[in-house]
Amino acid sequence: MLRLDNINKTFNAGTIDENILFRNFSLEAADGEFIGIIGSNGSGKTTILNIISGDMPVDGGSVTLDGRDISKLKNFRRASEISRVFQNPALGTCPSMTIWENLSLADNKAKAYGLSFGLNRKRKDFYREQLSLLGMGLENRLETLAGALSGGQRQALALIMATLVKPKLLLLDEHTAALDPKSSDTVMQLTDRIVKEKGITTIMVTHNLRHAVEYGTRTIMMHSGNAILDLSGKEKEKESIDDFLKIFNEISIECGN
Amino acid sequence: MAADLIIGILEQGMIYGIMALGVYITYTILDFPDLSVDGTFPLGIAVCFVLVNKGVNPWLALIPALLAGALAGIFTGLLHVKLKIRDLLSGILTMTALYSINYTIVGKASDFLSMETNTIFSSAAKILPEAFTPYSKLIVILFIALAAKFALDWYMRTKSGFLLRSAGDNEGLVVTLGKDPGKSKIIGLAIANGLTSLAGAVYCQYGRAFNVGSGTGTVVMGLAAVIIGTTVFKKISFLRITTGVLAGMTIYKACISIALQIGLPSPDTNLMITILFIITLVANQLLTKNKKGKSGVRGDA
Repeated sequence: MLRLDNINKTFNAGTIDENILFRNFSLEAADGEFIGIIGSNGSGKTTILNIISGDMPVDGGSVTLDGRDISKLKNFRRASEISRVFQNPALGTCPSMTIWENLSLADNKAKAYGLSFGLNRKRKDFYREQLSLLGMGLENRLETLAGALSGGQRQALALIMATLVKPKLLLLDEHTAALDPKSSDTVMQLTDRIVKEKGITTIMVTHNLRHAVEYGTRTIMMHSGNAILDLSGKEKEKESIDDFLKIFNEISIECGN
Repeated sequence: MAADLIIGILEQGMIYGIMALGVYITYTILDFPDLSVDGTFPLGIAVCFVLVNKGVNPWLALIPALLAGALAGIFTGLLHVKLKIRDLLSGILTMTALYSINYTIVGKASDFLSMETNTIFSSAAKILPEAFTPYSKLIVILFIALAAKFALDWYMRTKSGFLLRSAGDNEGLVVTLGKDPGKSKIIGLAIANGLTSLAGAVYCQYGRAFNVGSGTGTVVMGLAAVIIGTTVFKKISFLRITTGVLAGMTIYKACISIALQIGLPSPDTNLMITILFIITLVANQLLTKNKKGKSGVRGDA
């Protein structure tokens, strides 16, 4: 279980551009929950992810994962239990390494990277099987460099890599935003399948209202550092995309967007 | 005469090739422009010089030289990773400090090993059959250079090597794997400068001399070899890049040798090197621009 308690975050404190984003912001994600976070630019969606992953320091408050306070840990230490897929498909893979090398690298996550053989030969068939589920033909291209793949293919590979070793928490940072509509849907379906199959607690930030509403077990709408809407279970099912869009438009008008 | 010239080119190409393997790690794999090598090459010479001069087994003397270089590489890495000093400046600082350190190790600016001093070459000449005598130096050098190459090839295929490659390729990915990319960089710099010092140690016994200024231009030479090697040998997929780097240094040394043979005054070689360097660099850019993204399959590590 993930808990954010009384998070405070101010950008450019003490300057004319001072922007208080979070004031005692708290959030709890139960085990196995798949949370979709939506909200306009500057609402704090991505900042939440950066605070959880340790890429952004907080001014106050704590981050707890499975009862352990990880607030003081550096980003790479937290990453041994938290996986993340970024908006930019280039960030999730190593371009000058082959698909097989990339998967072997990810399969060893959080373990020691010592002097044993890097390529994982035992799991080659397993990798093939995982890749064949994508329906992209990558299972026959294990020797292809990740850099030669399309954005959608790289993002699908990045997603498999991020979940190969089951993390306690998966952070998805607008991971379908840079893809064309078709690839975007493919990657989203893949995400849903992996998250459900493995039962990974997931927080997904997205600009795609349909994705946030259709997938996931809980939807949160952020607005200037507050969760103005937080629906799960039956409540969430009742709301349609149009309802969300209506609320979204209302807050956008308020902001003068 | 021509045979002697070719042997000389090969000998020098392989000695400096060991150093170029190090530059390949920093420049190509880590994308770290490391100038420490200008200091770690003479560091290898200095450490080896003192030890061999004291009568230490010349083969054993290579090891402390290699370790000294690795330590200097770690120092550069710490400056960059822990103190957040820029990569280029970190290398310059180490290089500058090593100038004083190298001087202190030997105790003077230049010195020679006496002809009686036992070296890896004199010991090998005793063992090898007489027919091999003209090639004894080359055989010893080839042995060390290939050992370094195969060790590096092996390392690059280990898990630690994979992490090193991803640290240069995509630092963020190393973080998501739960590892510190800074540590990988430091390891890479240690290996690179260890190899450079090893090259210096071999060169020390080959040239039987120490000169505090002998490191000047090492990095340019190494870069030239890496770029020649990777450009010329990219097409030949069954050859590993490391082989290309060793060959690249040999081509480089051949160019210099030819230039000197046709009567180019030796101060002009630097100008020639620069021109050669630029031509390869531009050729490399043109080639990669046309090829980018088209061929994805790779046959080497």
